[in-house]
Amino acid sequence: MSMNGRKTKSDLRLIGTPMRKVEGLDMSTGRALYTDDLVFPGMLHGKILRSPHPHARIVSIDTTAAEALDGVHGVITGQDMPTKYGIIPWTPDEYPLCVDRVRYVGDGVAAVAAVDEDTALGALELIEVEYEELPPFLDPYEALEADGSTPYVHDAKKEGWNGNITKKVHLEFGEVDQLMDGSDVVVEGEYFFEGTTHTPIEPHCALGLWQAGGGFEGPAGESSGKLTVWSATQVPHYLHRELARVLGVDQAHVRVLQPLVGGAFGGKSEPFDLEFCVAKLSMVTGRPVKILYTREEVFYAHRGRHPFHMKYRTGATADGKLTSVDATIVLDGGAYASFGLITTYYAGQLLCAPYKMQAYRFDSTRVYTNKPACGPKRGHGSVQPRFAFEVQIDKLSQKVGLDPIEFRRRNFIGSNTRTINELRVTSNGFLECLESVERASGWKDRFRKLPFGRGLGVAGSTYITGTNYPIYPNEMPQSGVQMQVDRSGRVAVFSGASEIGQGCDSMVAYIAAEELGVPLDYVRVLRGDTDFTPVDLGAYSSRVTFMVGNAAIDAARKLRGMVQEAVAEEWNVKPGEVLLAGGLALWAPDTERQMHVKEAFNLAEAKFGTLGSTGWYNTPKDVHGDYRGGTIGASPAFSFTAHVAEVEVDVETGIVEVKKIWVAHDCGRALNPVLVEGQMEGSAYMGFGEALMEEHVFKDAEHGRAGLHDGPSLLDYRIPTSLDTPEFESLIVESIDPEGPYGAKEAGEGPLHPSIPAIANAIYDAVGVRMDRLPFSPPNVWREVEAAREAGTLCKPAVPVMPGVPFAPAPEPVPGD
Amino acid sequence: MSTSTEIVCLTVNGDRREVGVPTHFTLLETLRYAMGLTGSKQGCDKGDCGACTVILDGEATLSCITPVWEAEGREVTTVEGLASAEAPHPLQDAFDLNGAAQCGFCTPGILCSAAVLLDRSPSPTREEIKEALAGNLCRCTGYTKIYDAVEAAAAVLRNGSGVADPVG
Repeated sequence: MSMNGRKTKSDLRLIGTPMRKVEGLDMSTGRALYTDDLVFPGMLHGKILRSPHPHARIVSIDTTAAEALDGVHGVITGQDMPTKYGIIPWTPDEYPLCVDRVRYVGDGVAAVAAVDEDTALGALELIEVEYEELPPFLDPYEALEADGSTPYVHDAKKEGWNGNITKKVHLEFGEVDQLMDGSDVVVEGEYFFEGTTHTPIEPHCALGLWQAGGGFEGPAGESSGKLTVWSATQVPHYLHRELARVLGVDQAHVRVLQPLVGGAFGGKSEPFDLEFCVAKLSMVTGRPVKILYTREEVFYAHRGRHPFHMKYRTGATADGKLTSVDATIVLDGGAYASFGLITTYYAGQLLCAPYKMQAYRFDSTRVYTNKPACGPKRGHGSVQPRFAFEVQIDKLSQKVGLDPIEFRRRNFIGSNTRTINELRVTSNGFLECLESVERASGWKDRFRKLPFGRGLGVAGSTYITGTNYPIYPNEMPQSGVQMQVDRSGRVAVFSGASEIGQGCDSMVAYIAAEELGVPLDYVRVLRGDTDFTPVDLGAYSSRVTFMVGNAAIDAARKLRGMVQEAVAEEWNVKPGEVLLAGGLALWAPDTERQMHVKEAFNLAEAKFGTLGSTGWYNTPKDVHGDYRGGTIGASPAFSFTAHVAEVEVDVETGIVEVKKIWVAHDCGRALNPVLVEGQMEGSAYMGFGEALMEEHVFKDAEHGRAGLHDGPSLLDYRIPTSLDTPEFESLIVESIDPEGPYGAKEAGEGPLHPSIPAIANAIYDAVGVRMDRLPFSPPNVWREVEAAREAGTLCKPAVPVMPGVPFAPAPEPVPGD
Repeated sequence: MSTSTEIVCLTVNGDRREVGVPTHFTLLETLRYAMGLTGSKQGCDKGDCGACTVILDGEATLSCITPVWEAEGREVTTVEGLASAEAPHPLQDAFDLNGAAQCGFCTPGILCSAAVLLDRSPSPTREEIKEALAGNLCRCTGYTKIYDAVEAAAAVLRNGSGVADPVG
């Protein structure tokens, strides 16, 4: 057994089997508490006044009338917290409340705390803000071409620069132009990925409690008070740091608690205005203050998927080997940087597997516009290019006459290798993923052979399992876990991991039970509180199972070693012969010799003293290219996915119905297959919604007020209901990663990626129409269908006829008209 | 702000309750703020998401767009009222066993919609389950595990017990 827990299946007792979640029954009985369920004596309710303009200078704010309103306890403006913050330490560009300028419709300018929400809303109406409107930038290309004659979205960092540009990345690997020129076939395409947003069912919510004095001393001996913030966040550690910095409170006097979070998907992965406002309002009023976003505010808070404008040139040899890839990408970033620096890199860096390419170049530019800021949404920065690239591959397959699954197989990058941009790839189950969806979907008998209007499409992808470098540079562990066992046989796990529904509290409990041999219900997970849990950096970049899981194994094995030693001494045997399993300590050579784990723990406590341990995990740091940006995209392991989608296209209405998606995902090892399938199905669902329905778009001056959200409600922004959602079949592939906990990798984000291109490619198989722009909504599909009808190409596409890859003849193509 | 209050009388999870609430309160606000029953969730406050679904006189009802006076004298069951003292409702257990609750925020509303369905239709088809849950948005699961759980609970309710237990 290696230190990373590479056990064979027969060594494992709980891991790999279906298990309950530790808070599963709390959730289904209504006992589970989320931030908005918390109430404190004397609690006030806060509301935030938001800008009606997409771009304006704040000339003055008069809060006198609001402050005088009966029931109002505090009013704050940007001047009360004039410190910029941002999740990326190099790009802080927003204030908790705007100080001198608003940059999107919905930007916060003032906040109120009052006895109830109605009073707070009434007070907002009494705040007078005088604005000087500025011309807004709504289109990224107009923002790119701006010459400074009107104010940029942000002031330029240097004289003569365009202040509308957040970040430019240009990276080139290999002889791109030469190999492109020498390719037998080259496909060029322009793609557009519309913005989408996370839409967790729980709106953001935060509760602040300031305790003045209380013996806490500041640097000059003054009483500094203590700040406690409860928040529906997926990054309590970063929130902890930023609250302390912006509010000028010693980090040691700030406590962040994370109650259960009702969905996040990347939409709660940086500090938001409400968290600073509840803290400041509590400081001003001396009372606990809660702010709950309205659903409309959730849409404006956004930080969702960037709209991407993409151009790809992709070359291949006549026998279907990728040669050269050349990409130009413009990201429409919205008003603030958010994670944008990373997004701009991810737009290019994460494309270099699962296929081998000989040369690759990308040029990506993130542009500020006067719209809500974009950020990370499930599959951060890589879902959009993956859509374009997998459609490019489908086009190339068609051009060289290869089955698109065979094309992908021929370009498989392999395991234990490096990508063209020098990212280390270890375990890789992509071929098994392709085979699984090929077999399960009946691909060989049905691709290109279904009647006109019905089609199958395939796509593949990869995704990171965490990032090797944390958001703020430091050499400390990325994850820590603390464990203790007590005299009852119970195990307490102190975990700082952020439970957002993915099951990470359960994951550490499974590991504790597996390693210490206790029944699952002997494990208590104490979580989500920066006062007593070791630091974990947060629930993002699919890092939690890998990093927290390895930390939990480390902590549990330290305890297990002590228990084994104590029992071995009692039995006069070797420690390695003592097993802990099924609630018992057993002697391996003769398992009739056994005792209850409680007794074993008591022996260990008598021998070593009170039992506790800490475990941690840090990432490998030397596995990336030696170039600027080479660390971005480096991950301890990559997951792999393949989807086949089946669609039915109605050429009269443009309605696409997705009948089924087969989802095969290499998660390394499924620690609990029920939860892994849940992540696969949920990911495929979210991708499906983006493919067919979702558009996070804004009005221009000709269609209402410029910068106004087109429909900030769950009725207008349409996420799939049970009636819209297709059938999913989950096919778990286990490549057993050498460094993952028991071989596990991520499952939460990777399986989203191929949904969208698989559906696009299925539409092509169904009616011969390429959908290069999202979403595939009835008007968009109908428009393309009509163009194809006029061009005479509305029909079943030709069957690939590559020699050596036999294809039964397709049924006679049925023209669309 | 001055708001007038009134006393409403309703039966919640079997308890006859009288509470004074502002006249504009919804049933959801009354449950969450006046009675401390926080199991029913507010996801949109507009009747779009279904997280606030409760059972009002046997009907799945969006409590966030139901004025509280509409519940006057009527019987309300929330997620907290589904379990007995001895055991969780088979739906609640099946949601746990089948991984049907990820973040759990839509779960209380879905359970109320599903309970009404199973009350009327002990052996629902998957299509019937989809119809019954069409007003409850779930953003985590893709619904598949929810259908599995409703079917498993239906089998338990029909047989008294004996459903295949995925946890084994």
